[in-house]
Amino acid sequence: MTYKKQDVIDQQMQDLNNDGVDRRGFLKCMAWAGTGLVWTMSGGIPVSQAFARSMGHGPGQGSDFSFVQISDSHMGFNKPANPDVVATLQAAVDKINRLPDQPEFLLHTGDISHLSRPDQFDTVDQVLKSANAKQVFFVPGEHDVLDDNGKSYLERYGKNSQGAGWYSFDHRGVHFIGLVNVMNLKAGGLGSLGGEQLEWMEKDVKHLKHSTPIVVFAHIPLWTLYPDWGWGTADSAQALGYLKKFGSVTVLNGHIHQTMQKVEGHVTFHTAMSTAFPQPQPGKADSPGPMKVPAEQLRSLLGITDVNYLQGRHSLAVVDSSLV
Amino acid sequence: MITKRNVSGRVSTGLAMLVMTVMLFAKSPSVRASRSNHDQPAAPPAAVKIDNFSFTPQTLTISVGTTVTWTNRDDIPHTAVSTEGVFKSKVIDTDEKFSYTFTKAGTYSYYCTIHPKMTGKVVVQ
Repeated sequence: MTYKKQDVIDQQMQDLNNDGVDRRGFLKCMAWAGTGLVWTMSGGIPVSQAFARSMGHGPGQGSDFSFVQISDSHMGFNKPANPDVVATLQAAVDKINRLPDQPEFLLHTGDISHLSRPDQFDTVDQVLKSANAKQVFFVPGEHDVLDDNGKSYLERYGKNSQGAGWYSFDHRGVHFIGLVNVMNLKAGGLGSLGGEQLEWMEKDVKHLKHSTPIVVFAHIPLWTLYPDWGWGTADSAQALGYLKKFGSVTVLNGHIHQTMQKVEGHVTFHTAMSTAFPQPQPGKADSPGPMKVPAEQLRSLLGITDVNYLQGRHSLAVVDSSLV
Repeated sequence: MITKRNVSGRVSTGLAMLVMTVMLFAKSPSVRASRSNHDQPAAPPAAVKIDNFSFTPQTLTISVGTTVTWTNRDDIPHTAVSTEGVFKSKVIDTDEKFSYTFTKAGTYSYYCTIHPKMTGKVVVQ
């Protein structure tokens, strides 16, 4: 168990800027103590700190609002890597409901279902009904748009969206942009946003003030994380180009079933754990398929991502916590 | 008048059906014969295994008329879709299969639309 946990922490650290703080050693310690990990971003300078919610010292205390990202629930998956994805999704919701600062809404960053089947979407919707936060924003993963080109996904989740399901909304001064990068994928290629969506996005952010905090969420990482496994989005640079003028950009993705973080200028990239099954670290296995771990370890590799917004500090604090 | 028409209608329908039935019986053996002649000798089927997010063999060489069957041995669903739109599987879940018969010579590239890094080729000679 400790071995795997250590791996996750090592992995989280590998892409971070080196600012002279020995975060690696420090955070390893904190991970052992069972605390979460907070990143705040202020004026382009990432600041890390230990975060112990149970002790009430987190920046969640007094934040203006928070929301929680969940991802990759893969409802319908029933293989050895996790024979009960309903139970682990329910455990994620229970964990969210126990957070001391209740999120105002949830984001689901795709692969809601395993096979795009209506009964699988139904089950997820049913489990999410038990969340205290009643509003859930979705973007599709590639598993949600199989065979019907996303038609059933859009019928269910795309009411206020455009194109293949992209949209934006404002919440307490923060501008949220939900993007779709799982449609019309080309042979040999990565995730793709496509011209129509990029055009829409450029217009969407054009008239926003530079001081508006931006949160972008999409299924496949919007940074090139590991192209050999398709972990990246071919035209993400163009999308991020439209966000250059903003002082605070947080990019939240799923797809890779593990946490990874990178800070580049004013942009913090972050991927969330799955609620269904872990996947191997990039290049550490023959393929990115589901990773079978001993049953008692599984829930330490699944989890949720809690995001806190603090007005004035102009920063978002991203906190990952596993199901156990 | 109306009755007459109905009656004559029925008669002609009956006649037509009889003629068609005769034609079917007469024709079906010759159709079968010509088909089996065309397909002889039947090409043995070929298989592509989908495992570890890859197609094996990645390049499959077959003769015209061969039916290729893809079988998914991964815990994750995949597809096999021609890049030129020649064939397109539905999603192939674990242990499911998809078959396609290649009737023309040529090189057919295909990929998994869910995991587009997965590519393969069928060479039909």
